[in-house]
Amino acid sequence: MKAVVDAIARLGRLFLDGVQHAGSMALFAVELAWVLIPTWTRPRDILQQVYAAGVLSLVIILVAGGFVGLVLGLQGYNILSNFNASESLGVMVALSLVRELGPVVAALLFAGRAGSAITAEIALMKTTEQLAALEMMAVDPLRRVIGPRFWGAMISVPLLAALFSLVGIVGGYLIGVVVLGVDQASYWGQIREQMEAWDDVGGGAIKSLAFGAVIALISVYEGYRAEPTASGMARATTQTVVLSSLAVLGLDFVMTAFMFGA
Amino acid sequence: MSERRDTAAMIELDGVRFARGEQVIFDNVDMRFPRGQVTAVLGPSGTGKTTLLRLIGGQVRPAHGRVLVDGIEVSRVRRKALYALRRRMGVLFQNGALFTDLTVGENVAFPLRAHSRLDEALIERIVLFKLEAVGLRSAREKYPAELSGGMARRAALARAMALDPEIMLYDEPFAGQDPVSMGVLLRLIRRLNDALGLTSIVVTHDVSEALSIADQVIVIAGGRVIGRGTPEEVRAQREHEPALAQFLDGAAEGPLNAAEDEAPLAADLGLGGDR
Repeated sequence: MKAVVDAIARLGRLFLDGVQHAGSMALFAVELAWVLIPTWTRPRDILQQVYAAGVLSLVIILVAGGFVGLVLGLQGYNILSNFNASESLGVMVALSLVRELGPVVAALLFAGRAGSAITAEIALMKTTEQLAALEMMAVDPLRRVIGPRFWGAMISVPLLAALFSLVGIVGGYLIGVVVLGVDQASYWGQIREQMEAWDDVGGGAIKSLAFGAVIALISVYEGYRAEPTASGMARATTQTVVLSSLAVLGLDFVMTAFMFGA
Repeated sequence: MSERRDTAAMIELDGVRFARGEQVIFDNVDMRFPRGQVTAVLGPSGTGKTTLLRLIGGQVRPAHGRVLVDGIEVSRVRRKALYALRRRMGVLFQNGALFTDLTVGENVAFPLRAHSRLDEALIERIVLFKLEAVGLRSAREKYPAELSGGMARRAALARAMALDPEIMLYDEPFAGQDPVSMGVLLRLIRRLNDALGLTSIVVTHDVSEALSIADQVIVIAGGRVIGRGTPEEVRAQREHEPALAQFLDGAAEGPLNAAEDEAPLAADLGLGGDR
């Protein structure tokens, strides 16, 4: 009996901790929202962060996008040729990428590659009192350190997702058209005919914008609120990757249901 | 202990109470830091010396009481006024807190670039002057990771002085320094204070160093002030205050650590029987 009560109590505590975490993140988001526009008075800071988070993530995004495209081409060809529909390979690859895999996989990779780095950097600045030093120099760390990193991630994710999809479509072309002999004109033609600019491309873009915002918020929040110890930093970076990944996948389901659900 | 009424106090703590969770760090504490003088705040580790500096800088607020800096109540002012006040303070953090991605020169230039519209050539000159003042002109292009501990602290000092503050706060400036760099720092703190007419607060647990340069000394332990006055006066107070005597002598036994292990060891080991 006691074990059951303990288990329920533990579950309750876990839930309360989660709610508290979410609440303090929401408060932080409000605080951050106030400085997001003023951050643009120093566009160089933001550009630097787009470079650090976005440009330096290009390799992993492009390579991964290529491989995903190749796999989609192979699998798609196998399935579609059963129905004599292999000329639809292009649109299948493109829609999978633009609607789902581009935004989601790019966001997951970004969280692991750049989100964790943002968290670690901010947490280390906190641990070494650099954030406190800024405050005492009458420079708001939220505006000077956190804001630009938020924008850097927020801007990078949609751009990386677009590149991921593009490279993936080319990967599908290489396998489908060059290797397996699908008709080149129908590969591109079907994409042009059947893909909707607003519904498909727009939907994917909105998704990756939302993912960018969520990852950016989680990354800077976890760093800013990290315990200033070695294990605190480790926990914060792990938390960033775990929370970002779950948030992206959960949000993806909700957004897909609204956008593409019946 | 008679309360020193000094109308020329630059910084005042008035009945300040501050607690972190259950732990009371300051309990109804009064302190005065006279203008133009070096005041050393001494106390065992963990007595809230750093918290004192954070109270003065407005990074934390007291539960009760007032913290006044040049007549302005730090714990009440709005953010803009607080930032204006902070621009008049320089803080030397315990580990320097230099920005690791910037060179020493850029670190010193940082507050100037953030708060002034001076042109680059002038900023370069000011940076050179500040670095010269701490004897680090040659380290301008180096990154903080390439500096020794003592050099890093002096570089941080140059940065703290960049905006010509009226108040300098030093957080454990001597911790982990070799005797030579300690001597250099001591002389710098004294010289800068006198040459620039600053009000300095040095928070430390190094008794002899602090007594050698301070005009005023405040000793805190257990959330209250256990000694204050000039170094001579504080030395004279030791007879009335056993905790002060223990701290000044660095004695292992005494009232400061009496409370630590009052529960018998046997009880913690579960041998007491009635646990």
